[in-house]
Amino acid sequence: MSSAVETRLDPRTAPSFPKAAKALLREEQMRANVRRATETIQGKRGKLVAEKTDWQQLRESARQIRAHVLQHLDVYLEEFERNFTAAGGHVHWARNAEEAQQIVMALAKQVNAAEVIKIKSMTTEEIHLNDVLEAAGIHAYETDLAELIIQLGHDQPSHIVVPALHKNRAQIREIFRREMNLPEIGETPQDLAEAARRFLREKFLRVKTAVSGANFLIADTGGICIVESEGNGRMCLTLPETLISVVGVEKVIPRFADLEVFLQILARSATGERMNPYNSMWSGVTPGDGPRNMHVVLLDNARTEVLADAEGRQTLQCIRCGACQNACPVYRQTGGHAYGSVYAGPIGAILTPQLMEMEHGQSLPYASSLCGACYEVCPVKINIPEVLIHLRNKVVNKKGWYAPEALAMKAAANVFRSERRFRAAQRLARMAEKPLVRKEFEIVGQQQVEPQGWVKWLPGIFGGWTATRDLQAMPEESFREWWEKRRV
Amino acid sequence: MRVALFITCYNDTLFPATGKAVVQVLERLGHTVEFPAGQTCCGQMHWNTGYQREALPLLPRFMEQFEHAEAVVSPSSSCVAMMREHYPIMAERIAREGGDATLPERIAVLLPRVWEFTEFLTKKLGVTDVGAYYPHRVTYHASCHGLRSLGLDDGPESLLRAVRGIDLRKIERPEQCCGFGGTFAIKNADVSGAMLAEKMQSVLATGAEECTACDNSCLMHIYGALHRGKTGVRTRHIAEILAGEPQLQADLREGR
Repeated sequence: MSSAVETRLDPRTAPSFPKAAKALLREEQMRANVRRATETIQGKRGKLVAEKTDWQQLRESARQIRAHVLQHLDVYLEEFERNFTAAGGHVHWARNAEEAQQIVMALAKQVNAAEVIKIKSMTTEEIHLNDVLEAAGIHAYETDLAELIIQLGHDQPSHIVVPALHKNRAQIREIFRREMNLPEIGETPQDLAEAARRFLREKFLRVKTAVSGANFLIADTGGICIVESEGNGRMCLTLPETLISVVGVEKVIPRFADLEVFLQILARSATGERMNPYNSMWSGVTPGDGPRNMHVVLLDNARTEVLADAEGRQTLQCIRCGACQNACPVYRQTGGHAYGSVYAGPIGAILTPQLMEMEHGQSLPYASSLCGACYEVCPVKINIPEVLIHLRNKVVNKKGWYAPEALAMKAAANVFRSERRFRAAQRLARMAEKPLVRKEFEIVGQQQVEPQGWVKWLPGIFGGWTATRDLQAMPEESFREWWEKRRV
Repeated sequence: MRVALFITCYNDTLFPATGKAVVQVLERLGHTVEFPAGQTCCGQMHWNTGYQREALPLLPRFMEQFEHAEAVVSPSSSCVAMMREHYPIMAERIAREGGDATLPERIAVLLPRVWEFTEFLTKKLGVTDVGAYYPHRVTYHASCHGLRSLGLDDGPESLLRAVRGIDLRKIERPEQCCGFGGTFAIKNADVSGAMLAEKMQSVLATGAEECTACDNSCLMHIYGALHRGKTGVRTRHIAEILAGEPQLQADLREGR
């Protein structure tokens, strides 16, 4: 069974979440893979968070730093630009995806690059950079193991930290066997890692241009920080002559010292490690050491629109750890592709519609039971359920008063505003339900059992309920009717 | 103490037995229960689905009904969570938009007197043994709002452990949502059903005869699937267990 999604994840063209989810729920292997992977990471995270006695203070510090940055984003971005430029780097500003794509292509053309190597970057996934480069005749090689699996499998990322989380080892072996032309490849993790190493090593030594994202931009040093597990990123950061980093404008932090907080919470939240195996930081060009040509493309792509919304703004505090995805009971069932965006799970449900300025991805704020597990694990304390509710309100306001759901909700609100109408509605519902109620178990053997009514089928949108569940019939008497009789 | 019962709209309409049980337990503990007749709904469904404007008028209505109560008790953690988390925001908005400017302060004074039923027993009254007898195998489902919004922690289970005759079974992955989520159950019925299937497995794995919780909303959803699957396992609100079975209570009194 294949769960590869070949078409790019684009909220502009994606089906609604319920529709996409319905199809994905049939993919048993994918669901088993997602359950297993998220449980494993969650377990590791839980142990390492429990050993930090100051975890809640760390979360609060992280939240405060990120919220402070968002209040003074202009100041810190310009400080970063000054310091990075002074160290020999170049800063480019991109208002949207198209501008960022054009800047990267122009930079690649300047150095006559026919191919680039890439460090895993959700920001370049967001702007679909690989497709655009490919169309211009520049081939991009993904070097992160998971991204490589996605690329070779003609698939799309389903998780922001572990993009191939929906694949198991047997499926990965099959992709490597086919795409790397290795008919005899073994099936142990070592075999697969060895195959990837051989495949990638040749690219690292040959390709002269690298494209990355960034975990943090550091304003006071003009530095960039990338954390990773494999060391493939380190190869991309050191071997090429040209390095182009595409970074969302919200990724800046004020001081180098702030990494003290973020490197503690990020590794624990993302992969359940005390520290990432590779923590790379650079600030500008050093002659004779590493890339000579360093560029940062600062991407807005509607982030300043998000910033302007006081209630939605906290979304930009995100440091892309993916803990909310691993904790989410909805993501656990559907995997990431259902969200129709490279940003899946709870963070995707709030980020995607906002990046689309509420024009697309309108079903995403509803892709949550508001259980609060995401907020509980978020290391920068984004109150995701609150933002979801805020965005639902925006969706409703866009829909207009004449939508059937809006009319029903208005009618219900009208009922709740009056005790008399509420009582009448209770009586009416009892009558309306009667034809649908089936009485069950009136006689069991010799024993008279209290008859219980059940509704097995409901019409219209309520059919969603009875598709998988029965509904207890309404009692003959409401609580308030009983209460009044009791008092007499 | 004079306790004003906020039964909530769906318990009033669909689960009167829960309300009766709350009355029974509170009266057994020596308290007087009042039922302000004009009460309807807290506004959770509207607010959480995005119909904030429609939810707003329900706040002044709640204030009017309950402002002078000594304590307000409600057998629904999600409705209490709705009030604690959103009523202050709603009151601010009403005041800002030219409505009653006294609301924010008045709701801030009232909210500390609003309790979910089990937290009223354990935190306000400091009671864990309410004198119940319930000789059944039961497992407790910690609903998300009770667990994460209200922080009920061990409260409900401490009440259950004190029930005579009960065989309380631990459920696996207790923090996992059952998939109800209000209008989520309808709007994302397939995903909701998948989440429910897992919860149902967890309930069945305990070997319990009944699954209980502080929210009839989760239980309506869980029971719906247990019944559809003909599992023979049912659900019951925690208040009904704490009230004990009336017949068995009577049997006990008469020494049978």
